[in-house]
Amino acid sequence: MGVLYRAHVLVCGGAGCVSSGCRAVQEALKSELAKQGLDKEIKVVETGCMGSCDLGPVMVVYPEGVFYRKVRPEDARDIVQEHLLKGRPVERLLYHTSQREIIQQMEDIDFFAKQRKVVLRNCGIIDPEDITEYIARDGYEALARVLTEMTPEEVIDVVKKSGLRGRGGAGFPTGLKWEFCAKATGRPKYVVCNADEGDPGAFMDRSVLEGDPHSVIEAMAIAGRAIGSNQGFVYVRAEYPLAIQRLKHAIAQAYDYGLLGKDIFGTGFDFDLEIRVGAGAFVCGEETALLASIEGKRGMPRPRPPFPANEGLWGKPTLINNVETYANIPPIILNGWEWFAGIGTEKSKGTKVFALAGKIANTGLVEVPMGTTLREIVYDIGGGILGGKKFKAAQTGGPSGGCIPAEHLDTPMEYDTLVKLGAMMGSGGLIVMDEGTCMVDIAKFFLQFTQDESCGKCIPCREGTRAMLDILTRITEGRGREGDIELLEHLGTTIKDTALCGLGQTAPNPVLSTIRYFRHEYEAHIREKRCPAGVCAALVHYEILQDKCKRCGLCRRSCPVDAIEETTEAELVAAGVGAAGADMQAAGASQGAISQPASSPKRKPLFINQERCIKCGVCMRECRFQAINRC
Amino acid sequence: MAKVKLTIDGREIEAEQGSTVLEAARQAGIDIPTLCYHPAVGPSGACRVCVVEVERAKTLVASCVYPVAEGLVVKTNSARVRNARKTVVELLISTHPQDCLCCDRNGRCELQALANRLGIRTERFRAQKPQREPDASSVSIYRDQNKCVLCGRCVTMCRDIQGVGAISFAYRGQRTLISPSFEHGVGEVECVNCGQCTKVCPVGAIVEKDETGAVWDALDNPGLTVVVQVAPAVRAALGEEFGMAPGTSVTGKLVRALHMLGFDAVFDTQFSADLTIMEEGHEFLSRLKSGGKLPLLTSCSPGWIKYCETFHPEFLDNISTCKSPQQMMGAVIKSYYAKAKGLKPENIFSVSVMPCTAKKYEARRPEMRASGVQDVDAVLTTRELAKMIRMAGIDFANLEDDDFDSPLGESSGAGTIFGVTGGVMEAALRSVYEIVTKKPLADLEFTQVRGFEGVREAEIAMGSTRVKVAIVHGLGNAGRFLAGLRPGDSPYHFVEVMACPGGCIMGGGQPLSLEQDVAEKRASVLYQEDRNKAVRKSHENIAVRRLYDEFLGKPGSELAHKLLHTTYGERARARVEEARRQAVIGAAGA
Amino acid sequence: MPTATCRCGETIVDDRWEKLDEIIEKHRAKQGALIPILHEAQELFGCLSEDVQLKVAHALGISPAEVYGVATFYSFFTLKPRGKHKIAVCLGTACYVRGASELVRALKEELGVEVNGTTKDGRFTLEVVRCLGACGLAPVMMIGDNVYGRVKPEKIPEILKEYQ
Ligand SMILES: Cc1cc2nc3c(=O)[nH]c(=O)nc-3n(C[C@H](O)[C@H](O)[C@H](O)COP(=O)(O)O)c2cc1C
Ligand code: SF4
Ligand code: SF4
Ligand code: SF4
Ligand code: SF4
Ligand code: SF4
Ligand code: SF4
Ligand code: SF4
Ligand code: SF4
Ligand code: FES
Ligand code: FES
Ligand code: FES
Repeated sequence: MGVLYRAHVLVCGGAGCVSSGCRAVQEALKSELAKQGLDKEIKVVETGCMGSCDLGPVMVVYPEGVFYRKVRPEDARDIVQEHLLKGRPVERLLYHTSQREIIQQMEDIDFFAKQRKVVLRNCGIIDPEDITEYIARDGYEALARVLTEMTPEEVIDVVKKSGLRGRGGAGFPTGLKWEFCAKATGRPKYVVCNADEGDPGAFMDRSVLEGDPHSVIEAMAIAGRAIGSNQGFVYVRAEYPLAIQRLKHAIAQAYDYGLLGKDIFGTGFDFDLEIRVGAGAFVCGEETALLASIEGKRGMPRPRPPFPANEGLWGKPTLINNVETYANIPPIILNGWEWFAGIGTEKSKGTKVFALAGKIANTGLVEVPMGTTLREIVYDIGGGILGGKKFKAAQTGGPSGGCIPAEHLDTPMEYDTLVKLGAMMGSGGLIVMDEGTCMVDIAKFFLQFTQDESCGKCIPCREGTRAMLDILTRITEGRGREGDIELLEHLGTTIKDTALCGLGQTAPNPVLSTIRYFRHEYEAHIREKRCPAGVCAALVHYEILQDKCKRCGLCRRSCPVDAIEETTEAELVAAGVGAAGADMQAAGASQGAISQPASSPKRKPLFINQERCIKCGVCMRECRFQAINRC
Repeated sequence: MAKVKLTIDGREIEAEQGSTVLEAARQAGIDIPTLCYHPAVGPSGACRVCVVEVERAKTLVASCVYPVAEGLVVKTNSARVRNARKTVVELLISTHPQDCLCCDRNGRCELQALANRLGIRTERFRAQKPQREPDASSVSIYRDQNKCVLCGRCVTMCRDIQGVGAISFAYRGQRTLISPSFEHGVGEVECVNCGQCTKVCPVGAIVEKDETGAVWDALDNPGLTVVVQVAPAVRAALGEEFGMAPGTSVTGKLVRALHMLGFDAVFDTQFSADLTIMEEGHEFLSRLKSGGKLPLLTSCSPGWIKYCETFHPEFLDNISTCKSPQQMMGAVIKSYYAKAKGLKPENIFSVSVMPCTAKKYEARRPEMRASGVQDVDAVLTTRELAKMIRMAGIDFANLEDDDFDSPLGESSGAGTIFGVTGGVMEAALRSVYEIVTKKPLADLEFTQVRGFEGVREAEIAMGSTRVKVAIVHGLGNAGRFLAGLRPGDSPYHFVEVMACPGGCIMGGGQPLSLEQDVAEKRASVLYQEDRNKAVRKSHENIAVRRLYDEFLGKPGSELAHKLLHTTYGERARARVEEARRQAVIGAAGA
Repeated sequence: MPTATCRCGETIVDDRWEKLDEIIEKHRAKQGALIPILHEAQELFGCLSEDVQLKVAHALGISPAEVYGVATFYSFFTLKPRGKHKIAVCLGTACYVRGASELVRALKEELGVEVNGTTKDGRFTLEVVRCLGACGLAPVMMIGDNVYGRVKPEKIPEILKEYQ
C-alpha cells in the first residue's frame, strides 16, 4: 500500500464504530486534511473492527501507531493540526487505563497486547474494500500455492495435521470433514460458509466478513480445490447489511482479479461464489437447516445421517464450515501446519476469537491462543468487571452453552474442558455477569430465546422448551413449587437426549448449568420467594429507608398508583390489609422503623404499600437521597 | 441387497443394508412405538417417539430414520428409552385438547393408543394453547388444528405424493401449524378433495366431513325413498373396520347391513361402472375413428378431475366426457329408476357409499343435476358407513350374506375391478377388444396393466390396430406423467388416471391402515370377485343392456349424453390479476 | 401496466408489479430462488402481501401454501405493512444483561404499542431482534438504519423526536 503516503489514518469502520458515528469522523478528517492540503500525503483508510468497539469510534495513526478512542468529528481539526502537522498526539483522545495512566501506542494497551491475531490478522489493518491491500499482506498466496504446488490430498493433509477444529460450535476436526467430502461420490459438490452467526452476543464472524472478507473467499476456493467443488455459497444473516455489502464488493473484486471464476491462476480450476442472505431464523445456523434455507425452504433441520458431506445441498456432497474456521486456512497453508499446531493446547489448536460483552469493562473482540484462562480474558484483557463489581459467572456458547462460575475462573478456554464444566465453546460469545445478574432470570432469558427460535419440528424441543419456560416463569414470578428444580433437570436431560437437532439438544444447557452452580438461587426463588440479585420483578420490592428519607414527598407525588402512604405497615396490619406485604418486608420495615428519622419530625414518615405497588421503580429513580431501596 | 448384522435388545438380527433400525426391529418382532412415521409417507424423524439407544451415540436416536449398520448395538427398551418416550408423549399431550369423548378418532386414534401404551397416567406439564376455529370450509374434509400433533404426514402426502401442496407447515416453534396458503380454508384453495391426508393423519386433526347425520335423517323420514349405491372398493376394505383381516371380502354382509339400516334399495356402483365402460368405450372408439383428441383420459376419479382442471387445464379436452360411475348411477336412479317406480326425483334420497372423499365434492358440482335435482344427495365414506353400522348395533362380522336389489344391482367382473388401479383400463380393454375385433377374448386378464408401479404402460394388439395404453395412479405421478406429454401429440391412445395411490381401494375414505401391503390384499379381493363372476365383461351385463333397450337407446345417444356425460372447466389457482387491481385501487384510496 | 382511477380522478400507475416480474426473472434460473425473491419483493412492496406471494408462487411453480410456509417461518419477512420507521431493540444476551428489557418497556409505554405493533399514526413499528452485532455498545437499538448504542430509557423520547 501507499508508498506515496507519509502517514495513514486507519479509522475503524466496523459495525460498532459505525453506530458510534465513525463515518462522520472520517468525513471531518478528510475535509480537514483537504483544507490543510495534506490529502496527497496522508491517507484515510476505513478498516474493519479493531476489537475495542466500546471505545469507538477508534482510529490508529501510522507509522507511529497512535491509538485514539471516542473520537468525535470536532476532534478532526486537532488531530490534523496537532498530530499530523506538528507531530504532537492529541492527549485527550488517547487511551486511559483505570489507573488514569495514558497510553499512546496501540500495542501497549493491555487489551491489545495480550492478544494473538491469526484470524483477525488483517482486521483493522487493511481496507476491506481494496483487494490490493489484502494481496499486499500475502493474500491469495495460499490459494496460488494450493493450485500450483499442492495436490488436493496434500491440502487436506495439512489441514488435518494442523489440528484445526470447527469454530462454528461443535469443534469437529476440519481436516477430517474435508476428507469426507473429498471422498464423497456425488457430483457436483458444494462449499458452504456458515455466516449465520445466530448466537446473540457474538460478532466475530461479522467482524471477519467486514474487516477481511477476502480471507474467507480465498479459503473457500482452497476448500473447493481440496474437495473437488467449483461452487461456493456464503450464507450470511440479513441482520448484517454491512458485512453483506463488503463481501459482495470483495467477491466482485476477486472476480475482476481472476481469483474467482474460470481458470484461476491459469490452472484450469474454476470456482464460483454466491451470497445467500438469511431471513431471521437462528436455527438456520444449524447445518441441515441452513442447507434447507439455501434451497429456498423453511429452515427445518433434518436427521443426520446422511451428513451434508455425503448428502447436502440438493442432495449433493457439501462442505460446510464456519467463517472463522475458513479464516484460519490461508495462514495454515502459508506457515505450515507445524506453526499452527504450535499454538494452543493439546486438543485445541490455534487461537479463538471471543466476543466479550456484558458487565465487563472492555467489551469487544479479542483473539487469544486456545487454553488462555477465563481469568486472563476477563481481567487482563477485559479489564475486569464494570464498576468494580464482583464477577459472578461468564456464559459461553450462548443459548447452547452454559455458565462458568467464579470458582472456575482459572479454567483454560478450550473445547473439552468447557464441555466438562457443562458449558461449551460455541461460537465464542462470552457474556460476563456480575452480582446484579439473576441466574434464574438468565436461564429464563435463554430459554425464551430457544423457544422463540425453535423450528417446531420435533416434540421435545417445541413442547419441551415451552414446558421448561413455563416452570422457570412460575419460579421467577414467585409461584415456584417444591420439586420444580428436579422437574427442570428431568426435562432438561430428556430434551437433550431426544431432540432432533443441536438446537434442542443444547437448549436446556443454560438451565442445567445454572442449576448446577447456582442451585441456591433457584431455591431462594422457590422457597423464600426472593430474588437474591433483585432482578425478578415479581419478587422484588421497594422500601423507604427511614433513616435516609428526608420526607420531601417527591416519591409520593411521582408514584403512578399512589402506593406511597403515611400509614405504617403496623397500622395496615391492624386494619387487616396488606398482611402479606407486611410479612414480606417485615425485616426491612422494622429496621427502618427503629432508625431515627433524618428530617423534620413535623412531616409523617412515608411507607410503600406493597399491595398496591406495581414495582415500576419510578420512586427510586426520583428520590434524590437514595432513600429508596430495591430488594 | 447386502445384509448387515446388528444386535437389538441382545438379539443378533440380520437386516437389509439401507433399511432402518425400526424396520429391522419390527421384522424381528420388536414393536417400537411411532407417531410421525407412516409407511405410506415415509419417515421424517420429527416426533422422537421411536427413539432407541444406540451404543456409542451421544444421544438417543430416532429409529425410523436411523440406518442399520454392521455391528450396531441397539436397545429399544432400556429405562432411558422408556423414560424418554414417555416424557415426549407427555409433553405432546400437555397442550392437546382433552376431547377424546367427542372426537371422530375416539378409539382409533394413534395418539390415544400411544399414551395408553406408554402408561401415561398423570399430566405433569398441562398448559393452555390458544385455540383455533376448526376449518369446515371443505365439503370433503374437516380440519381441527387444535388436535394436530404436527407430524407432517399430511403435508408429505399432499405435496410430495399427491403433488398438490394445498397445505403446508406455517410459522415456527410454538406457533407452527398446518395450513393452506394464507390460512384460508382448505375448501377455498387448490385442494382436490382426495382425502389422502385424512388417511394418514394419526389423530382427529384432519377427518372426512361427516354426513352420517343427513343420512340418518333421510332414513327416518317416511316421505323419502332412500336408495343407496356401493362402490366396488368398499367391499374390499369395510371388514377391516370390524376387526377382519385386510383382504377379506364382505360384499354379502355389506348388502345385508345396508338393508338392516333401512335403505329401501341397495344398488351396486359396479352396475354403473359397466355403464361407464359402455359410454367411455364408445367415446374412445369414435375418437379413434374420427381422429378426435387423444389420448383419451379416464374421468371416473373426481380427485383427478379437479386436479386436472386446476393444474393441467390444457388436457381438459382429452378427458372423457363420461361422468363417474357414482354420478351415472345417481342420474339413472333419479330418472330411469324413478320412472320405473313412479317416484318423483325430489322424493328420492340417493346415498352413495364410496371409498372416496372427493366424491362428496363431485356430488355437489353444479353439473351433477341431470335429473333436475342434485343426483346424489349424500356421500358416505367407507369409514362413515362403518360408524353407522356400529351405531345401529349390527354385529357385522357375523352377518349372513345378502344380494343387491335389481335392477341396478347387477354387475360384471369388469365393474368390480374398477376399484383398483388399472381396473378401469382392463375393463375397458375387455369390451373394446371384442367390439373392435368382433372376436371373443381368449384370456380376459390383462396382467400387463395390473400392479402398483406408479406409471405402467402396455401395447395391445386389436386386429390390425395396436392400442397403446398407460395407467397412472397417485396425483404426483399424474403430474409427472402429464409434464412429459403434449395434449394433441402423444404416443398413447388411452390413459387411466386415478387420484389415489393404488386406486380407490386406497381411497381417501377407506379404513385407516398402517400395514405396508394392505393395497395388495384389498386388490386381491376385487380380482378374486371378478374371477368368481359369471359375467366378466361390461357389455355382457344384461341389466345394462336392458337399460339401453328400455331407456337410453344406445351408447352415446342424446339421452345418454344428457344423463351420463358432463363438462369440465379450468379452475383458477389464484386470483392474482384481480387481486392486483384491488391492490392498486387500495393504494389509490389510501 | 395495472392502473386505477383514484377518487380524485387521477390515473394511478403501479409499476411495482412489472418490477416484481423483473426480480423474478433475475433469480428464476438459480436454484433456491424463493428466498432471494421474497427479500427483494418485500423491499419493493414493504411487505409480502397475499398477492405478492401468489405471484411468486405461480412464477416459480411452488405451491402458495409452501410460499406462505416460508414467509411465515422467517422473522425477517412480514405479511403486513410496517410503520414508516422500524424500531428494533436488541434483546440479545449482551444487551439483555445490560438492561435492554427496560428499553423495550419504555418504548412500549412511549409508543403505546406492543412488540410487533405499529403506532396508530403508522409512524413506528416496534420490534425486538436478537443481536445486531454491536454488543460492545449494549444496550443497542436501531431505528431504520441508524444504530443507537448505550441507550438509556430516559433518552427515548428525545431520540424519537428525531423522527417526527
Ligand atoms: C442451533 C444451531 C445454531 C448454529 N449456529 C451456527 C452459526 O451461527 N454459525 C456457525 O458457524 N455454526 C453454527 N452452528 C454449527 C453448524 O451446525 C455447523 O456445525 C458448523 O457451521 C460447521 O462448521 P465448523 O465445522 O467450521 O464449525 C449451529 C448449530 C446449531 C445446532
Ligand atoms: S430440536 Fe428444535 S430446532 Fe431442532 S429440529 Fe427439533 S424443534 Fe427444530
Ligand atoms: S423522594 Fe426519597 S427522600 Fe423524598 S420522601 Fe421519597 S424516599 Fe424520602
Ligand atoms: S415502585 Fe412504582 S408503584 Fe411502587 S411505590 Fe415506587 S413508584 Fe409507586
Ligand atoms: S385426536 Fe385422539 S387424543 Fe386427540 S382428542 Fe381425538 S381421540 Fe383424543
Ligand atoms: S377412558 Fe377414562 S376418562 Fe375416558 S371416559 Fe373412560 S373413564 Fe372417563
Ligand atoms: S384432500 Fe388431498 S389435496 Fe386436499 S389437502 Fe388433503 S391430500 Fe391435499
Ligand atoms: S393434521 Fe394430522 S397428519 Fe397433518 S400434521 Fe397434523 S396430526 Fe399430522
Ligand atoms: S381414486 Fe378413487 S377414491 Fe381416489 S379420488 Fe379417485 S375415485 Fe376417489
Ligand atoms: S467496530 Fe470499531 S472497534 Fe469494533
Ligand atoms: S416415528 Fe420416528 S421420529 Fe416419529
Ligand atoms: S446482544 Fe445486542 S447487539 Fe449483540
